[in-house]
Amino acid sequence: MNRFLRESTAVAEVELIKLVRDPTEIFSRAVQPVLWLVVFGQVLAHVHGIYTGEVGYLAFITPGILAQSVLFSAIFYGIAVIWERDLGVVHKLLVSPARRISLVFGKAVSAGFRGLVQAAVIYLVAFVMHITLRQEPQAILGVLAGVLLGSGLFSTFSLIIACIVKTRERFMGIGQLLTMPMFFASNAIYPLDLMPGWLRVVAQLNPLTYLVDALRGLMIVGGESVHGYATDFAVLVAAFIVLLMVAVRLYPTLVE
Amino acid sequence: MNTSAGSDGFAVEASGLTRRFGDLTAVDHIDLRVPYGEIFGLLGANGAGKSTLIKMLTTLLPPTSGNAVVGGFDIVKSPSEVRGRIGYVPQLLSADGALTGRENLLLSAKLYGLPRAQRSARIGEALDFMGLADSAKKLVKTYSGGMVRRLELAQAMLHRPAILFLDEPTIGLDPMARHSVWDRLRDLRRDYGMTVLITTHDMEEAEALCDELAILHAGRVAVVGKSAELRTGLGAGASMDDVFAHYAGGGIGDSGNFRDAVQTRRTAQRLG
Repeated sequence: MNRFLRESTAVAEVELIKLVRDPTEIFSRAVQPVLWLVVFGQVLAHVHGIYTGEVGYLAFITPGILAQSVLFSAIFYGIAVIWERDLGVVHKLLVSPARRISLVFGKAVSAGFRGLVQAAVIYLVAFVMHITLRQEPQAILGVLAGVLLGSGLFSTFSLIIACIVKTRERFMGIGQLLTMPMFFASNAIYPLDLMPGWLRVVAQLNPLTYLVDALRGLMIVGGESVHGYATDFAVLVAAFIVLLMVAVRLYPTLVE
Repeated sequence: MNTSAGSDGFAVEASGLTRRFGDLTAVDHIDLRVPYGEIFGLLGANGAGKSTLIKMLTTLLPPTSGNAVVGGFDIVKSPSEVRGRIGYVPQLLSADGALTGRENLLLSAKLYGLPRAQRSARIGEALDFMGLADSAKKLVKTYSGGMVRRLELAQAMLHRPAILFLDEPTIGLDPMARHSVWDRLRDLRRDYGMTVLITTHDMEEAEALCDELAILHAGRVAVVGKSAELRTGLGAGASMDDVFAHYAGGGIGDSGNFRDAVQTRRTAQRLG
């Protein structure tokens, strides 16, 4: 356990140092969620096109946009892994006696840092736009936990895809192919109730839905988690563990 | 032959090591012995099986059949023990440019499980050994190619491995940097008794640096020996290029399709 912590912290620490040293990526990643909230959110809130109960549409999609930006910044994480493979970095890591689970988990944690920055951006934009969000410490801690878990889950998913496709060109294609459907087949920008039956089934198999559901309860004043936090977090943790187990198997095949 | 008897005397001992990819046999029943303390060179045209062999010996790729003992441990049964006893420098410059030299070393120290109390002393020693002490706090992206290579050697020596594997260690380096890498490798052998196994395409490197060479062809060991022996074996006045051309299946044009190359060579042998 000690060894696992030491190794995964070493991997994550390096990513944190790099992120702090060169934060341009953080700013460029912040643009998209701002657009969704400021442009898309305001327009749809204005026309009252989507009924979201007593909660206003802007407040309703704020957690959805956070979940989306967690998904989008984590899912292209596989590109970095393929880049590392092409440079021989993955070979170097795998020749070290560090456990494979530490390497994979360390990467997932470092994706979490990016997720936390996204969360800070969303809170800031919400504040500027006068969207009132819950401010109790336990609610905010819950949001952070959800963001870390979601980032870890989606980045590990991305790692798995990278291990399967192995080249950047193919990854770019598949990355696009997966992110948009995952986003639209979720409750991020409209409630599950408004979906046709088949789409609702898909959305309920989508881990993003559970992240959004938890965040909706934890961020919106008067908001609630439809499935309950226990279910949401259990689904996220279970999906993360399954993906980690698959990634540990596949990561070494990246260099074969 | 008793395989366990030899493992005490040899840093690397492969027996019948084979790897197939589909119906392509990249490494075909290779037997190879590298004594402790030697600088050993693996030569061969592209596609001859060098990379696949190195990947198996460094536990990155499981063999299809056969086996190898590296540093006294079985690569199939005890890969983590093998990993603790080897160092590896990949072909491309793989140190992290966005980190400083010291940060790169610290990452390696942690992944190799060096105790906290030893880390700083070992890192300092490795930086001095590689002549990088003054650049330790600079970002690696500001390093020259030769400095990055030396940093990678520093990373690979940090845990005092018994055997160092290097894939084309001086490819793309200028002559000065190349000589300084050779010097460091000789120093590592002299001061730490490390066994060094390199792959190379460079005949000058093979001759100047390696005690012994193995030339691979079509997944098999075509010949093993000291460079001088290999040259005289071909006749008076033979150069290493001649040796390579003779055993590795004739230089240019061979690096295309693997099977075509084999076919061409067979035809050439028939006609010749």
